[in-house]
Amino acid sequence: MARLSGVDLPKNKRGVIGLTYIYGIGKSRASKILNDLNIDENKKVKDWEDEEIKSLAVTLQNDYTLEGELRSEVQMNIKRLMDIASYRGLRHRKGLPVRGQKTQTNARTRKGKKKTVANKKKATK
Amino acid sequence: MARSIKKGPYVYHKLIKKVYAAKDSQKKSVIKTWSRSSMVIPDMVGLTIAVHNGRTFVPVYVTETMVGHKLGEFSPTRTYKGHSGNR
Repeated sequence: MARLSGVDLPKNKRGVIGLTYIYGIGKSRASKILNDLNIDENKKVKDWEDEEIKSLAVTLQNDYTLEGELRSEVQMNIKRLMDIASYRGLRHRKGLPVRGQKTQTNARTRKGKKKTVANKKKATK
Repeated sequence: MARSIKKGPYVYHKLIKKVYAAKDSQKKSVIKTWSRSSMVIPDMVGLTIAVHNGRTFVPVYVTETMVGHKLGEFSPTRTYKGHSGNR
């Protein structure tokens, strides 16, 4: 049973895929980490030796910001934008797309579920 | 694409002149500018720069955290306040 950077433990998956369950590690990072430690990417997580797990834990601890730490870093960056009242900060405050996307339609990921306006007039003709 | 490092940050040449002048003369008076695309450089920290938004000049007090952003980011060009129903 592998438990790295706090809470994560997938099991019957290949090493590269297993590592991506950690917040802050995607596929390319995962394969880079395993290659640096000379661990076969295709080795299942449950087959990892104790010392491999140990060396993984050490590198994750020292070389990467992950999980809670990373999340709070992202939040800090957003908060900074809001505090200096930049355009991007204002968009974050209003919960609208930050990078110039259109908002007349779509943008539902940022705006959340549709709020229907009562008696909204349909465009005539 | 990002701007080449070799060139350094872009600041409108007349604006940068005024910034240095203001620094030398014990900073006061707001600097008006239309140059929204100029980058905030460390020399501007502590100055107040009035950035045009197409209609008026919005006074921006430059702090250290703003360095690296463009002046226009702090001077919104649109006035949308939300629909009447969303209050």
